[in-house]
Amino acid sequence: MEAKDYLKDIQDIKEMMSKSTQFISLSGLAGILAGIYALIGAYIVNQLISNHSSYYVTLESKTFKLILLTAVIVLVLSIVSAYILTAQKAKKQNEKVWNASSKRLLANFSIPLITGGILILLLLKNGSYGLIAPMTLIFYGLACVNASKYTFRDIKYLGITEIILGLFAVQFSGYVLVFWILGFGVCHILYGSIMYFKYERN
Amino acid sequence: MKNIIQHINKAFDHRIRLGIMSILMVNESADFNTLKELLGVTDGNLASHAKALEAEEYIAIEKQFIGKKPNTSYKATKLGKKAFQEHIEALEKLIRKS
Repeated sequence: MEAKDYLKDIQDIKEMMSKSTQFISLSGLAGILAGIYALIGAYIVNQLISNHSSYYVTLESKTFKLILLTAVIVLVLSIVSAYILTAQKAKKQNEKVWNASSKRLLANFSIPLITGGILILLLLKNGSYGLIAPMTLIFYGLACVNASKYTFRDIKYLGITEIILGLFAVQFSGYVLVFWILGFGVCHILYGSIMYFKYERN
Repeated sequence: MKNIIQHINKAFDHRIRLGIMSILMVNESADFNTLKELLGVTDGNLASHAKALEAEEYIAIEKQFIGKKPNTSYKATKLGKKAFQEHIEALEKLIRKS
């Protein structure tokens, strides 16, 4: 009997199962932009450090505050671009930005990220800031791996790359800025492009 | 062959009912609007197919109020999950045979 129909049934089942659990409107372009912001941010931070008068950058110094400000601006710009581009893509694909799967995606992304954020704040408070930079990479990577179940699988590989870079950054702590540039800049541009060419270019 | 056909479940022999079950197999529950959006069907159409699945006791319907808005959510029952699993297995066997 109509084997084709049954095959179609199986395909429908598979499609509904993944569509109802995965948020597919995540924009690769947003990743590319986040990477570019990160590279610009890293350049500014590098300038700030080379203009800094003493050898150590302490928490109270103006340089540290400016570095923090740069990081916050990069973060906010990345989030805003991601939201705008994702909303646009969702509209094109007739998917709502704010639906059950995007909520699940956000919740699973936030848990490791907020944990890391709080941990970093606690470490800052106690004055031990040696491991903060690698930890941002590691927790961001964990957040990506955790969220990847609810969106494109590519995010998982981005996450694993970030975790590895973070661990290397612990070992080679003198080159933290290099790992940051690789992790938040190059990786975002790379994976963003892969996702863009895979899912959006048509 | 006859044995396989027995497991092809008539209750799932429609795109919308198949869709509802597929979604409820992988989600703990789903509300009316989520199902509507995912399946791209009208209110009446979704309601009648959901009712048919409920009549078979394959899904459970839960009505409650969120604030002032009525909210209907759907869940697959144990029976429904088992029946759907068998349906998929039967489909797979049929495809392999042909």
